[in-house]
Amino acid sequence: MAKNQVGAGPFARRPDNSAFKQQRLPAWSPSLTPHTVLSVFYGLSLICVLLGIWLLITVQNTYQLKVDYTNGSCKKCFEMRKYPANATKNCICTANFKVPKAFLGDVFFYYGLINFHQNLRRYMDSRDDAQLVGRKKSLKFPSTYCKPFAYDENGLPIAPCGAVANSKFNDSFRLVYHQLDGPAVTVPLHRRGITWYTDKNIKFHNPPTNTTLQEAFQGTAQPLYWQRPVYDLDPEDPNNNGFINDDLIVWMREAAFPNFKKLYGILNRAHALFSHGLPAGNYSIIITYNFPVQYFQGKKEVVVSTVTWFGGQNYFLPIAYLVSSGMTFIAAIVLTVIHVKVGRDGKNMEE
Amino acid sequence: ARTQVRTDPSETSCPGSPPSPPTVVSNLPYEDQRPRNQPNRRYAGNAVKTNKYTLWSFLPINLCEQFRRLANIYFVGIAALNFIPEVNAFQPQVALIPICVILTLTAIKDAWEDFRRYQSDRDACLSHPRSQHGFVERRWKDIQVGDFVQVLANDIIPADILLLHASDPNGVCHMETANLDGETNLKQRRVKSPFDPLSFNATVICEKPNNNLNHFKGFLEKDQIKIGFGIESLLLRGCTVRNTAAASGIVVYAGHDTKSMLNNNRPRYKRSRVESKMNKEVLCCVFLLFCMCLIGAVGHVIWLKTFSSVPIYFIPDSDGNETPSVVAGVYRFLTMIILLQVIIPISLYLSIELVKMGQVFFITQDIDLYDKEKDMRMQCRALNITEDLGQIQYVFSDKTGTLTENKMVFRRCTIMGTEYPHTENGESGKWVGQLWSHQDTTVGRDNILPCLPLRCGMHITVYHGATHLEFFLALAICNTVVVSTETAQRQRVRDPVQSTLYDIPTSSSSVVSEDEVQGTPCKGHTRRRQTWTASSLAGPKEVHYEAQSPDEAALVHAAKAYGFTLLERTPSHVSVRLPSGTTLTYEVLDVLTFDSVRSRMSIIVRHPHTKEIILYTKGADSGIMERLSQMKSESRVIANKTQKHLDMYANDGLRTLCFTRKVQEFNYYDWLVLRQGAMAAIDRKDELVRKTAADMETNLTLLGATGIEDRLQENVPETIQALREAGIQVCVLTGDKLETAVNIAYSCKLLDHKLVGKPVCKPVCVSQEVCKNMLSGTLAQLPLYDTQEAKVSVGLVIDGRTLGLLLDSDLQEGFVQLCTHCRAILCCRTTPLQKSRVVTLLRSKLGVMTLAIGDGANDVNMIQAADVGVGISGQEGMQAVMASDFAISRFKHLKKLLLVHGHWCYNRLANMIIYFFYKNVAYVNLLFWYQFFCGFSGTAMIDYWFMIFFNLFFTSAPPIMFGIMDREVSAAVLLQLPELYRRGQHEGGYRRSTFWIAIADAFYQSLVCFFVPYWTYKGSDIDIFTLGTPMNTASLFTIIFHLAIEIKSWTVVHWVIMVGSVVVYFVVTLAFCAMCVSCNPPSDPYWTMQEQMSDPMFYLVCILTTVVALLPRYTLHALRGTLVPSDHLRARQIDNMPPHHRDLWLQEWKKLKDLCASYPSLSSSTAQRYSTAQSPSLTLVQDPSPALAQSPSLTPVQDPSPSLVQSLNPKLAPNQGLNSAAL
Repeated sequence: MAKNQVGAGPFARRPDNSAFKQQRLPAWSPSLTPHTVLSVFYGLSLICVLLGIWLLITVQNTYQLKVDYTNGSCKKCFEMRKYPANATKNCICTANFKVPKAFLGDVFFYYGLINFHQNLRRYMDSRDDAQLVGRKKSLKFPSTYCKPFAYDENGLPIAPCGAVANSKFNDSFRLVYHQLDGPAVTVPLHRRGITWYTDKNIKFHNPPTNTTLQEAFQGTAQPLYWQRPVYDLDPEDPNNNGFINDDLIVWMREAAFPNFKKLYGILNRAHALFSHGLPAGNYSIIITYNFPVQYFQGKKEVVVSTVTWFGGQNYFLPIAYLVSSGMTFIAAIVLTVIHVKVGRDGKNMEE
Repeated sequence: ARTQVRTDPSETSCPGSPPSPPTVVSNLPYEDQRPRNQPNRRYAGNAVKTNKYTLWSFLPINLCEQFRRLANIYFVGIAALNFIPEVNAFQPQVALIPICVILTLTAIKDAWEDFRRYQSDRDACLSHPRSQHGFVERRWKDIQVGDFVQVLANDIIPADILLLHASDPNGVCHMETANLDGETNLKQRRVKSPFDPLSFNATVICEKPNNNLNHFKGFLEKDQIKIGFGIESLLLRGCTVRNTAAASGIVVYAGHDTKSMLNNNRPRYKRSRVESKMNKEVLCCVFLLFCMCLIGAVGHVIWLKTFSSVPIYFIPDSDGNETPSVVAGVYRFLTMIILLQVIIPISLYLSIELVKMGQVFFITQDIDLYDKEKDMRMQCRALNITEDLGQIQYVFSDKTGTLTENKMVFRRCTIMGTEYPHTENGESGKWVGQLWSHQDTTVGRDNILPCLPLRCGMHITVYHGATHLEFFLALAICNTVVVSTETAQRQRVRDPVQSTLYDIPTSSSSVVSEDEVQGTPCKGHTRRRQTWTASSLAGPKEVHYEAQSPDEAALVHAAKAYGFTLLERTPSHVSVRLPSGTTLTYEVLDVLTFDSVRSRMSIIVRHPHTKEIILYTKGADSGIMERLSQMKSESRVIANKTQKHLDMYANDGLRTLCFTRKVQEFNYYDWLVLRQGAMAAIDRKDELVRKTAADMETNLTLLGATGIEDRLQENVPETIQALREAGIQVCVLTGDKLETAVNIAYSCKLLDHKLVGKPVCKPVCVSQEVCKNMLSGTLAQLPLYDTQEAKVSVGLVIDGRTLGLLLDSDLQEGFVQLCTHCRAILCCRTTPLQKSRVVTLLRSKLGVMTLAIGDGANDVNMIQAADVGVGISGQEGMQAVMASDFAISRFKHLKKLLLVHGHWCYNRLANMIIYFFYKNVAYVNLLFWYQFFCGFSGTAMIDYWFMIFFNLFFTSAPPIMFGIMDREVSAAVLLQLPELYRRGQHEGGYRRSTFWIAIADAFYQSLVCFFVPYWTYKGSDIDIFTLGTPMNTASLFTIIFHLAIEIKSWTVVHWVIMVGSVVVYFVVTLAFCAMCVSCNPPSDPYWTMQEQMSDPMFYLVCILTTVVALLPRYTLHALRGTLVPSDHLRARQIDNMPPHHRDLWLQEWKKLKDLCASYPSLSSSTAQRYSTAQSPSLTLVQDPSPALAQSPSLTPVQDPSPSLVQSLNPKLAPNQGLNSAAL
């Protein structure tokens, strides 16, 4: 400002006659002429209907099947889990289902929970990512967010701490295919690689150790509801233990809604019988029934599904596209009518 | 600037006791003593500090100030709430970020402003030392009250100094006050009692520091003798000494006590109407927030009740107990407040300030508002009421200097009852011939004056009467004009004539006398022929007059044109060169300065030859006529004739002044004693001085009167016409005479010209009772004009005395009612206080947005009373500008300021605010809808950092840019179609309904943005933050595209910012998702964005959401354009046309408008009717019937004044071509 005042010459304070300062920058002012508006509407409508039809056709080729095993054939186990005293007792039950038509392609096995709120604010906060990424300090001194699941009665830090890990889903499944003309075959499942790559390799790490995993978790306690310690989650594959256990990682990715499913395994198509997918026929699931759901009036289910390029079986998107296409079309018709009736004389140009 | 302070210790002076009027004694005796023994220690030092903060105190003081704002406390409270574990919604540390950012940004802004102040202080306070004489160099800041300071020519005065010595032998010092009030004429200061600093032993007692630049009083006490002094002896800080080699004096006020600092107000803080309305909307948001939180709390309690046992996912508190559901509900209520706090737009206030800064920038940069002559830009002194310019409904304007140039041109005069015209710009070729042909015939006739342009170099001989001589002498000397040469140094004239100061000029002077030249022309008691040449008038030096008022300059110039050249003025004498070339030097005994109560000024001189004491008085006729001596019938006749002429002048719109003379007899010295006593008084000084002046000004003999024209500024009628078309009521409030004011009102088309010639009664509303009856009568009459459906259009002319009665409490209602019926209001003879009362009354009673515009000190009250005050930097100094919110240099600039900038600023800001509310509600509601699926537990599916970024980076720049730069209709079209302005007056841009529509739209859009992803991902294995990503993205697109629909013109800047915001969103989100593995426990959006962007579903969802969310608004826009196209829409379409098409359309538009105007049934606002009603006090002026205005095109209305002059004064007509002189 001082410069302006000091400036010499008769017109020292004259403002610049530049387009910007005089607010005369070349501007495009979009005017909503009938031409543009109607073509936008009809165009949108067309695009939406095409997308909708394409998505609908794609969705038609997907299969999904849900088996609720909360009560039905597993009533015995359901009753047993009502009482905390039986927590340590094993209970195995079987649920049968029929695949009417072969599931072609990759088949995904999920477990589903109904009315389980993983998205409660205090529940979802009750975890310590620093611990899960393998920091020694966090292992010994879990974050305050984990309270009251940070230390056990003996004052030992819990690993993994927090309510999320504590409530980990611990049913396990074995899927059996009953061939029409042959023995029952256990459906082979990939139980690895069901997590995000980044979760498995970056976000979750075991605490660094030179010796065994058990050594690394020395001085920590297992979560209250767990039957096995974290370093011994998968007795079959020693590399799938500790914080990098796939099931744990999947569980720790908290579901957005109270009714959700989580990936359990992917069909191993190396087996000749299942190379094209899941053949039609009778199946049964042998369930190790551990997870109590009656406290929250919840349900458990197994979901078998194939996926398309845009996800699982999802009729909403194609229908939504078709509906919005229809709405756009109706709006376009209305606008056309109005334009013809009202705005035809040149003076009332439509915006 | 340099300053010398005398440090030689010298004799003592008695330290005065410290009573309330400040007492100043010399500091010199106390030079070596400790500070606490200094007698003047309790007065402010000269160091000036306008910056509020120091480096150390900045943080605490600034924080303190910021926390005075309620909004900031609210947000800090919410951030603090976050530290309670049961309640918190986010990580407590992170929740502090927004408020910290806001506080930091505001602090940076404050610091920058303060730094600028600091810099300007430093500039003013550092001066280069230089030593000379006994005075020592000091820095300004080291000067103290009681110091003796010497300032040299062209120095800037460092403090308020009582002038005690000047190098000029007359004890006069001149100073230029341009730094202070912008007036470029020299002000004369004079030494009351000369002194020598070494022996100064008096005590100065003066009034308390105040900001009145034109008033100061005090006295010097020395040996029990009091010598009074006033403003004429005070050198003001910041002014420049001119024409004087050196001046010295004692510092009476220093630093912040000086008058210039007390006048130096900060830009005023006004709350604009939109902002105060906006606050109500903020309250609506608070209510909305409360409702949402209540729903959340109740929902949570109900949800808890659905569980009969404790689920595994409930977190017990540290004791292992479950929280009771009601307590949990209360907790959730607080959590929800934290979660949804953004619905109350935290950054809105800051954004508005930024937007207004941008708007102010563009207004001041407008080259159309730049005045070449003065090299002045438009100035915005109030930074936060730009949008009020777009809502003005009433404009109150001063007349002189605002509508008119305030450059006075001498037009006519009447001497001894005879009227003489004086034309300024005759066609030179013609009149030369006429002149010569007339010479023979007209010589000897009284009514021809020797009005010759000086450049012609020809001479002419005429007869004069003695009174004529006296009249011109009075014109030349009865004023306060200072003579100076037009050199850069502005040295005052030291004319060689001075050497012959008291020589009696005779015919032997250098002037060529062609015919007989009579001796002693100064006495002029006999009729004589006088010959003079133009060349002699040019003189050895070109004289330059520095007048304090343009009227005086015009008179002196007029006198000069007739040969009576004012050569020199000092406090003690005044020299005039007569047409004969001889010089008369009068001794000036006293000057009774002008004041508005007396409305006249006088000068008392002693004639050099007769030694008579003569009083010349000039003033308004109201102040003069009643003071004439009533002895002779002859003089009464002259007075009557003069009065008639005066009325005629006033009808012509001329400003009139009467001149009188009185030869004072023996009692002058008695009066002088009284006068001196009055001057030395401290209590009631003004009153006493006024009374003594009035005592002297009695029994005057009328010499004549002058008519001075004050030309209209360029484009005034057009501007008023445009303002009127824009639906703005224009009221003129002037101190001038009724007739003058009415005439100007006609010529600037405020009143309709067809009424010219109809008698306008002089208001004689003496009592309140009469006034009341009149008012009710007039109001009852109004409906009578309302015969057709058209509304009457009435003009109201009212004078000051009546106005005073109408402003009384019980007549206010009627007056306001009357005003609403009037198309034009003209108040004359108003005092500054009345001006402001009218403004305040209409503003408060009608609730309208008012603008006051004026140029002089008498408009300051009005400017401050109005919502928007506009100052014109004109001839009358800067006081109006200092008090104003916006300063312009021409009245015509008002048109673009209001119609274009006001319109733009208002629309931009209104749209920006609405959009801001919409944006916050739309975004926050996403979180709210999620609460229905997470047991109302206060979960956010969007990471908190993203929420902060969303508001701070991704969506903040576009609305600010929108508020600064959007343009619905171009400036050219806005100027062509003033009626587009009307929308802002009725708050068309910012209505309650607009707000609620925006909120409803926000609700709809947030529903779409939430539920489309919800249904898409329902039952899938998606996790919380992965769900949040498409919602966040879709929301961003919706919010950005919503703005894109609202943006009316896209420039490069628009594109860069809009596209940039989207790009920044993706870059920042991707970067944050890639880098933050567990930096933000417990929420953790690691890799979610990448994961989503590799999934085609994400794009499908985003596209669908955006389309569905924006479809209604887009359809609505399209429908509105077709079904109810607004004027603005049409104007935009015209704007988009190629230029020649555009002109055609504009013409058609105007034709259509005029067509409407000619049929009253079509348009009520422009319908016109014509009839006149007169009442003693209120003159209603009306327009003629519609039949007269059938033509569909605009007919240019002729300026009535030339014909008027003819008709009113036919006898002057033949002379008009003849009498011209360039002044």
